[in-house]
Amino acid sequence: MTAAGLREPPAAKALLILAALAYVALMLLLPLGAVMYEALRKGWGLWHAAVTEPDALASIKLTLIVAAITVPLNTVFGIAAAWAIAKFDFPGKAALIALIELPFSVSPVVSGLVFVLLFGAQGWLGPWLDAHDIHIIFALPGLVLATVFVTFPFVARQLIPLMSAQGRADEEAALTLGASGWQTFWRVTLPNIRFGLLYGVLLCNARAMGEFGAVSVVSGHIRGQTNTMPLQVEALYNDYDFVAAFAVASLLALLALVTLALKSALEWRYRHELSAVH
Amino acid sequence: MASAPASRSTPLPGFGLSLGVTVLWLSLIVLIPLSAVFVRSGSEGWHNFWAAAGSSRALAAYRLSFGAAALAALINCIFGLLVAWVLVRYRFAGRRLLSALIDLPFALPTAVAGIALTALYADTGIIGRILEPAGFPVAYKPAGVVVALTFIGLPFVVRTVEPVLAEASSEVEEAALTLGATRLQTFSRVILPTIVPALATGFALAFARGAGEYGSVIFIAGNVPFKSEIAPLLIITQLEEYSYAGAAAIACVMLLISFAVLLLLNLLQHWQQRRVG
Amino acid sequence: MSIRVEHVSKSFSAYPALRDVSLTMNDREFVALLGPSGSGKTTLLRILAGLEAPESGSVWFGKRDVTGDKPASRGIGFVFQHYALFGHMTVAENIAFGLDVMRRSARPSKRDIAARVEQLLELVQLPGLGKRYPSQLSGGQRQRVALARALAREPRILLLDEPFGALDAKVRRELRVALRQIHDELGLTSIFVTHDQEEAFALADRVALLNQGRIEQFAAPAEMQSGPASAFVREFLD
Repeated sequence: MTAAGLREPPAAKALLILAALAYVALMLLLPLGAVMYEALRKGWGLWHAAVTEPDALASIKLTLIVAAITVPLNTVFGIAAAWAIAKFDFPGKAALIALIELPFSVSPVVSGLVFVLLFGAQGWLGPWLDAHDIHIIFALPGLVLATVFVTFPFVARQLIPLMSAQGRADEEAALTLGASGWQTFWRVTLPNIRFGLLYGVLLCNARAMGEFGAVSVVSGHIRGQTNTMPLQVEALYNDYDFVAAFAVASLLALLALVTLALKSALEWRYRHELSAVH
Repeated sequence: MASAPASRSTPLPGFGLSLGVTVLWLSLIVLIPLSAVFVRSGSEGWHNFWAAAGSSRALAAYRLSFGAAALAALINCIFGLLVAWVLVRYRFAGRRLLSALIDLPFALPTAVAGIALTALYADTGIIGRILEPAGFPVAYKPAGVVVALTFIGLPFVVRTVEPVLAEASSEVEEAALTLGATRLQTFSRVILPTIVPALATGFALAFARGAGEYGSVIFIAGNVPFKSEIAPLLIITQLEEYSYAGAAAIACVMLLISFAVLLLLNLLQHWQQRRVG
Repeated sequence: MSIRVEHVSKSFSAYPALRDVSLTMNDREFVALLGPSGSGKTTLLRILAGLEAPESGSVWFGKRDVTGDKPASRGIGFVFQHYALFGHMTVAENIAFGLDVMRRSARPSKRDIAARVEQLLELVQLPGLGKRYPSQLSGGQRQRVALARALAREPRILLLDEPFGALDAKVRRELRVALRQIHDELGLTSIFVTHDQEEAFALADRVALLNQGRIEQFAAPAEMQSGPASAFVREFLD
């Protein structure tokens, strides 16, 4: 840090800090506040009624189910990918990593579109699915697929640099001591990657629960059946039922705040490992 | 710190399994579905492809989506630099809270952001109430799209610039000062050039994210074809009209542009590495 | 330019880095600030440069009280331990920096600046390397560029903070000779910080040995060796 006497004069410093705070307040705090304000505008009673309404409850349940399937799947994938990439050497690693990160650069709507193109009524497998009465689009499997696509890289991209930085030493030591592959993984690798794993899971979950564009395309927007919480928010909003829309939205906003708090706590707790990666 | 490289003959088990799972999952979830876009977009021939992807309505949509994304990313470069500067260099009450808050656009579901921003900028909202009579309507206009994308892209520039600013040695700044540079000269000639690669990366990330954004924009945009319709909405409209190939064609264009930005990003990161060395 | 330090004290948080230090250095003298880490030598150097402000006491350059002056207006050149070269600028641009940032009224013409850069490159024995980037140079070369850059504004006083710390023995010796030659040629008053006794004794006219924020002895190397002023001095020189 530059010596105190050399930094910007206190007046300039104060101005810069105020400008930054004002910008963040305008761009971030106001929208957050707006959600809470609009949700509680007509009082707690209406808020409670809105979030316990059957369709709303169904959307909450659906969101939780989708997340409960998506997150473990992508976590297992992320661990597998990080294991292969970090602990071994083979050609094409950089390409593989780039492919894994692909979903980040795809628009959410396109992410949903791809599954409609595969499984929709006019999709590749559409007729076959129809013939066997299997419903993917406009049903839970479609929602899960779209969400899995969108949240695909989250765990992997946390674990790959972390495990690469940690190297092979610990695992090789365990092997020389007689541990089997799985034992090595559970007792040696997993504890080492605790932080990165939790972090990745946290981000994956936040995105899985909050995804909108991709699921909008594959969902049938059928209330009570194929509406996740974000979709339910849209449905209520389009019905001009603003209080109810914001009420459900407020739950998602709370989820976001919890995610941020946990993220900060994890970053603080594991800051040493974090700096080793970066 | 890392052990010497080993080939597949290392005693460490699980290579086959882990790589197999990885490639399989990657193919099933990402590669095959994405290829469907390209295949389907061409399924009705070049002529129809261009009719859909190059229609004047589509062109207007690209202009809006990419134009607003570029403008929003630019705004975020300026203010993101400000926020990163303040976070890295100054100590003040609430700094950690501010830092945690920066990631809100990552954590908040886009639909929630969408309706919240609309509530604020509509003519009945706190901000809209001031702006609209003053002649700067935001909601339901292209300006609204820019505002929403600025929200979405805010963390990107801050998070890419922060580590570069933090690592910058104070020795170099002190050297500039002993050589007679004013604070402003030190900033523009010594500090800024070293963070330009990070700024460019942040810009590219915010731009890529904003161009394809749907949930936060769809409520505040007017969604009027040719005027305030974003490209992702056009894709959905095509789907609803059962024009799969048309939707795929537009998606194709968006994907190609995304991949181009991705490539640019990689080159930028190479540039950044070389600067550091 | 003579330098006078009068009763300077400086603490960092509760830690006293300098305690009531007074020192007078003559014009054209080459002084070494020697001592173990934590002795306050770097702090003293930085106070001379204006990079730190003392809590009490004053600093005089010649007849001027520079205690409150900014580094830019003190007429000093500073060479940093890790060179602090501007990585995104060429060697020539680095050296010219101090001249480029001058106010328009005082700034020399582009041609004059270029000539000066060439002159300085010759002085530090790096002719023709103007277009290279710091990352393309060796450690010793970088230090020479840092020196040239510090001399561009024709300072009367040259301050060096462990300038040879990161270099290997052979390069150190070469640079030592070069530094002393330049000091003599330009008639500078030079002060450099080191923890290496051999280096201090080889280069300096007088050596100030610091310990825990105080000056144990300030004398010519021979004098210090034959007549150490305290037990600490005696032990340090062993």
